[in-house]
Amino acid sequence: MKKVLHKLGKWADDRGGFSELMKPLKTHLVPPGSAWNYVWGSATLFCLIIQVVTGIALSFLYQPSADVAYTSLQYIENQAFLGSFIRGLHNWGASGMVFLMGMHMIRVYIFAAYKYPREMSWITGVFLMAITIVMAFTGQLLRWDNNGVWSAVVAAEQMGRIPIIGDSIAYFLLGGSTIGGETLNRFFAMHVFLFPAILFMLVGYHLFLVFRNGISEPPKIGRLVDPKTYRTWYENMLQKKGVPFFPDAIWRDAVFSALVLIILVALAWFVGAPALTSPPDLTNVNADPKPDWYFTWIFALFALMPRQIESYVIFFGPLIGGTLLFAIPFLSNKGERSPLRRPWAIAGVSFIILSICSLWYIGIRAPWSPHFDAEPLSEYTSVPQATEEQEKGIEYFNTVGCLYCHKINSHGGIRGPELTQVQNRLTREQIIIRIVNGAENMPAYGGALSKEELSALVSFLMAEDKSGAKPLSE
Amino acid sequence: MACNCENENLEERLSKTAGRRSFLTKISVGIGSLVGAILAFPLITAMLDPVTRKKTSAWRKVGLLDDFEVGKTKMVSFENPSPYQWSGKIAYSAAYIRREENDKLTAFSVNCAHLGCPVRWEEEAELFMCPCHGGVYYKDGTRAAGPPPRGLYTYPVRIKNNNIELETEALPITNMSS
Repeated sequence: MKKVLHKLGKWADDRGGFSELMKPLKTHLVPPGSAWNYVWGSATLFCLIIQVVTGIALSFLYQPSADVAYTSLQYIENQAFLGSFIRGLHNWGASGMVFLMGMHMIRVYIFAAYKYPREMSWITGVFLMAITIVMAFTGQLLRWDNNGVWSAVVAAEQMGRIPIIGDSIAYFLLGGSTIGGETLNRFFAMHVFLFPAILFMLVGYHLFLVFRNGISEPPKIGRLVDPKTYRTWYENMLQKKGVPFFPDAIWRDAVFSALVLIILVALAWFVGAPALTSPPDLTNVNADPKPDWYFTWIFALFALMPRQIESYVIFFGPLIGGTLLFAIPFLSNKGERSPLRRPWAIAGVSFIILSICSLWYIGIRAPWSPHFDAEPLSEYTSVPQATEEQEKGIEYFNTVGCLYCHKINSHGGIRGPELTQVQNRLTREQIIIRIVNGAENMPAYGGALSKEELSALVSFLMAEDKSGAKPLSE
Repeated sequence: MACNCENENLEERLSKTAGRRSFLTKISVGIGSLVGAILAFPLITAMLDPVTRKKTSAWRKVGLLDDFEVGKTKMVSFENPSPYQWSGKIAYSAAYIRREENDKLTAFSVNCAHLGCPVRWEEEAELFMCPCHGGVYYKDGTRAAGPPPRGLYTYPVRIKNNNIELETEALPITNMSS
């Protein structure tokens, strides 16, 4: 029996060339010392594989039609066997892919692996990043709940800032002049067929380049890249000291990918995908569209930019950013590779990471968003020995929207300044002027408030002590 | 078309076939491009079909005039001009109708002029507020606060036989020059 199997195996290999197929992996030499820093790219690829598998699984359960997509998502989430887990893994796989891609990019930049002769790897990498982001965004829309629908609107609006052809691109994305029955289908086709096809081609080419040019050797201070001699030097170094990619290097990729899988499975199982909000309905304006975490910092940017320059930033920002990324290997394709000798590279990366993290932090708090659900002021605060006017002021503070943006004690929005102690900062007249005239980020209430309402509000705001608890006797 | 190649030396053979090879290369690349173009054409038309569908607009009844108080703002919904059969609920959009005077109406788009999120009408405050980035508008639709570069968009609106009718329009897209 063993003999027969052996013979069968031999036949298959002779006619099928399986060991020949794998041979490049075994004979491909990589520089020694390529340690744990080299696992980010393969882990990103591994996430892509997870996405393909879970994506195919989801496509067996999902109905890409505007009228029933939401129902099918609820079926996936609540009824299908392992459906919630598959959706969770697809969601976290996307997060993992975006995160690991970012790490891969930072690693390549810090170690200057984009320099000669690997410029093309960097350029295809930038394209891959763009497509990954498009995939992440279109995927978020397929979660066709109220959030997803409004995200499609926001995407179209951003495209609208492109000069001249902006409207056409916006309506092209939506599949017509408004969101409609065709919109979801388009995003489905893009997310499932169009962009994956481009993604696979580019990934294949990206990997081909890794084999063709070899992975970059760990940098050493003072060992400069010289395009005239580098290739010969690299070849000689490989012949002398190189180790086979399989298994000397790939085992780390395997171990790290397994770790990634464990983390993603745990997240998928215990945290799961974001809960579905209300059904898609453009006539339900009580929506609060928020992007997934990887876009939260852009979301924050949109709220914080001076509005006079915003349209220009939305268009020129990605344009300049993209051009800069493509230009990197041309701006410096030789010389020092060690991060210790390229302090500006480290400073630049740190600056970008810090900026994004700050925007993230503030994007999660979203202080600019009115707190529509703030607990009514009269429920938790009172002024001791309040006059009737002050009592009314407390009431108006709720009803005319002050509380959405201003905090009193523990509740309220944080768009404007907290007003618990405003009587110490401003005089009665100053408060009146501000309420009546508004400011850059506060509407003028002059037209909306009657004289009595204004007077009551100010009396309440001028009260020394606003911390009184609501009397229990009532 | 076998040639008697073995009797010729390499150089002769190359010069003889060079012209032929370059011709065959051109033919192959040409055919390849043609096939690509032929296949790309239906792909592109399919992608453009919903976009290039005949643009229609329609006057939609959104309510009885008597149901709208003077000086008040009310949300209405209406069906898109040419929905597909499978559009379901998503074929409906919303607008705010404000009856300013007896027969003077304004229909505001619910889409914030900043990035299109749905603004909410706050009756007591007489303000439209956007949940996304804090855009605020006065009752007449002008910008009051926050990032929007302009006021709310409006739809054409008319009164016909005591019915309020609204003319559907494309989703308003804010451009760089707005």
